[in-house]
Amino acid sequence: MQDNKKRIVIIGATSAIAEHCARLWVENTNVDLTLVARNAEKAERVATDLRVRSPQSVIRVLEANFIAPLAIQKLVDEIVAEGIVDTVLIAHGSLPDQDVCQQNLTECNEALTVNSISPVLFAEAFAGHMQKAKLGTLAIIGSVAGDRGRKSNYVYGAAKGLVTRYAQGLQHRLANTGVKVLLIKPGPTETPMTAHLKQQGGLAKVEDVAKVIVNAINQGKPVVYAPAKWALIMMVIRHLPQFIFNTLDI
Amino acid sequence: MVAISSWGRLGRFEHEVVGLSDRHQVVSQLKSNPIGIAHGMGRSYGDVCLNPNGVLWKTTGLDRFISLDENSGNLVCEAGVLLRDIQRLVIARGWILPVTPGTQLVTVGGAIANDVHGKNHHGSGSFGDHINSLKLIRTDGSIIVCGPNLLPDWFAATVGGFGLTGVITEVEIQLRRVTGPWLSTETIAYGNLNEFFHLADASEADWEHTVSWIDCVAKGGRGLFMRANPTDSIEHQEPKSRKLTMPFVPPISLINKLTLQPFNTAYFNLKKRQVGRSAAHYESFFYPLDNLLEWNRMYGPKGFYQYQCVVPRSVGHDAVQAMLKEISRSGEGSFLAVLKTFGNRQALGMMSFPQPGVTLALDFPNLGERTLKLFERLDTIVREAKGRIYLAKDARMPRDLFEAGYPRLAEFLKYRDSGMSSALSRRLIGH
Repeated sequence: MQDNKKRIVIIGATSAIAEHCARLWVENTNVDLTLVARNAEKAERVATDLRVRSPQSVIRVLEANFIAPLAIQKLVDEIVAEGIVDTVLIAHGSLPDQDVCQQNLTECNEALTVNSISPVLFAEAFAGHMQKAKLGTLAIIGSVAGDRGRKSNYVYGAAKGLVTRYAQGLQHRLANTGVKVLLIKPGPTETPMTAHLKQQGGLAKVEDVAKVIVNAINQGKPVVYAPAKWALIMMVIRHLPQFIFNTLDI
Repeated sequence: MVAISSWGRLGRFEHEVVGLSDRHQVVSQLKSNPIGIAHGMGRSYGDVCLNPNGVLWKTTGLDRFISLDENSGNLVCEAGVLLRDIQRLVIARGWILPVTPGTQLVTVGGAIANDVHGKNHHGSGSFGDHINSLKLIRTDGSIIVCGPNLLPDWFAATVGGFGLTGVITEVEIQLRRVTGPWLSTETIAYGNLNEFFHLADASEADWEHTVSWIDCVAKGGRGLFMRANPTDSIEHQEPKSRKLTMPFVPPISLINKLTLQPFNTAYFNLKKRQVGRSAAHYESFFYPLDNLLEWNRMYGPKGFYQYQCVVPRSVGHDAVQAMLKEISRSGEGSFLAVLKTFGNRQALGMMSFPQPGVTLALDFPNLGERTLKLFERLDTIVREAKGRIYLAKDARMPRDLFEAGYPRLAEFLKYRDSGMSSALSRRLIGH
C-alpha cells in the first residue's frame, strides 16, 4: 500500500451486521475495504453508501462464488497478493426455516453449506496466508444457536456449531503466531432477515452488535457474545440437564 | 405477526411486518404484500403509522446514502436514513438539515410523509420545502419520481400525505450551509400570552429559531421563550453524549395531578434564573429529549396522547387562552407543552399541517374517557377558530374536524394508492 490505510476484507458484505461493522470502520478512520459478496449489484449499493460516509477510504466490490472451493482459494490468493490484509471478517449466512429444512433436503443442504462449509473454506484460505505473514485478525461470525441444538433451529445451529469447533481448532493452530482468530456469536439481532419474527422486543439492535464486534476485533478477544448478556444465557442453556431442557419449547 | 405500538403507546397491535432493505426489491415486495403502510421509527404519536392486523413495510433497512455533493449541499439517500445520521455526517462538512423536528430519531421518509416542521418555520417552512425530488413506489408496481418542478401535483400530494400515496424509497434533499454545530441562544421568561406574542413577533426577523415552553397549569400562560441563531464560535466542548433509557414502564403515569403543578413551578423558577444569552450545541437545542431514550414510558401502561393544533393568528390569542383555561381547569396535561408561531406561508403539501398562525402542543396521560372529554372541548375551540389538528400526533379526532381542517382532502384523494391503508386513514377517510 502507498499509504498506511488499514486493509480490511469483508466476506458477505451485504449482511446487515457486516454492513454496520463497515460503517463503524469507515467512520473511525480511512480504510482500504474490500467487500466480497454473492451479488455485486447489491454490494455496490453498500459500497456507494460507505464512500459517502468516508470519501477518503478506498472501497471496492468483488463478486464471488461462495461454495466452490477452488474459486474461493483463487479469490483469496488474489486479494492477498495485492498486499497484507490486516482484518478479515467472515459474516455471511442465511437464517433457514427449520420446518422447511426438515421437509426438504435440498434446502437443508443449502442451509448447511452456506452457514458452515462456506465460511470455513474462506477462513482456511486466509489462515494460511496470515500464518505466513505472522499477522492479521480473522473474525468469523458464528451464532449463539451453535452452542446447543434446539428443536426450533437445529439445522442452523448445527452449521454454526461446526463453525465454533473449526474456530477453536484454528485458534489452537495459530496460538502464538501473531495471528488472532475471533469467533463472534451474535444473539438474535434486528435485521431485515428477522423483521417478521415475533419476539421483536428481545432482539438486539444491529448497530449495537456491530459495535461489540468492532471493539472485539480491536481487542483481539477469542470468543465474543454480542450483546454480552448472551454469554450468561448460553452458559445456562448449555448446562441445563437433558430432562429439563427437553421440557422447554425453544 | 408482530405486536407494534406507536410513540403514544396507546395500544399494541398485531402486524405482519415486511422488512424493506434493498431499494430495488421494493416493487416486488409491495406487490406481493398488499394493503399496508410504510413504517419507519414509529415516532408518530397516534395511528398514522399503524395498520392493525395488516401489513407494515418497515423502512428502517433502507438506510443507505447514495451521494453527497459537498459543494452544492445536495444529498441523495434512501428514505429509511435517520435525520440523526444525516446531521452527524454533514455537519462536519459544513452543512445541516434545513428543517428538523424535535427528535432526530425519525426517518427521512417519515419526515416527508408528515411534512414535519421545526423551530425555524417562520424562515424556512417545513421539511418538504427542501426536497428536490423523491421516488415513490406504488403498490401497482409503478414508480413515480416527483419534486417541486417534476410532477408537482404528485409531490404536493406526497409531502404531508401521511404515507397514502405510495412508499417513498429515495430522496434528494437540499442541505443548508452552516459553520459549525453551535447556536447562540437566548431564553426569556414571559408572564402571559400577550408577552409571548410580542416576543414571537419581535424575534421573527432576527432569530432563526424560536420556540417556547408554556406552563399549562398556571393561569394566564406564563412560560419561557427560547430563540437561537447559528454561530461560528467554537469555544465550547462537544457535549458528551450521555444516553439514559427510561428502564421500565411505571404502573401509573409519573405525570399526574400530584406531580404536574410542582414540577412546572419548579421548572419555571429554575429556568427563570438562567434566562439570558448562552450557547448550545445543536443536538441539545433541537433534540433535548433524545438523550432520554424511551421517555414515552413515563406515562405508564396506558400510554398518552399528544394534542397539537394550529389556529389562525387573528384569533390566536383568544383561542390559545381558551384552550389553556380548559386544560388548567381539567388539571391534566404535562410539562411537555410547546407554544410556537408559524410563519406567514402556506405549506406546499395538500395535507401538510403548518399554516399561518400559532401552534400549541401538549402531552396528556391517557386517563380514558376523562381525557377524551377534554379533547372534545379543545376541538370545539379549534373548530371555531378554523384551525386544524396535526395528523402525526392524532389518535382520536372526529372526522368532521378533519374534513374542516384539511379542505384539500378531495384533491388529495385522487393521488391515493388504493393498496395502502392505515388505522388513521380508516378512521378519518373510511378506507
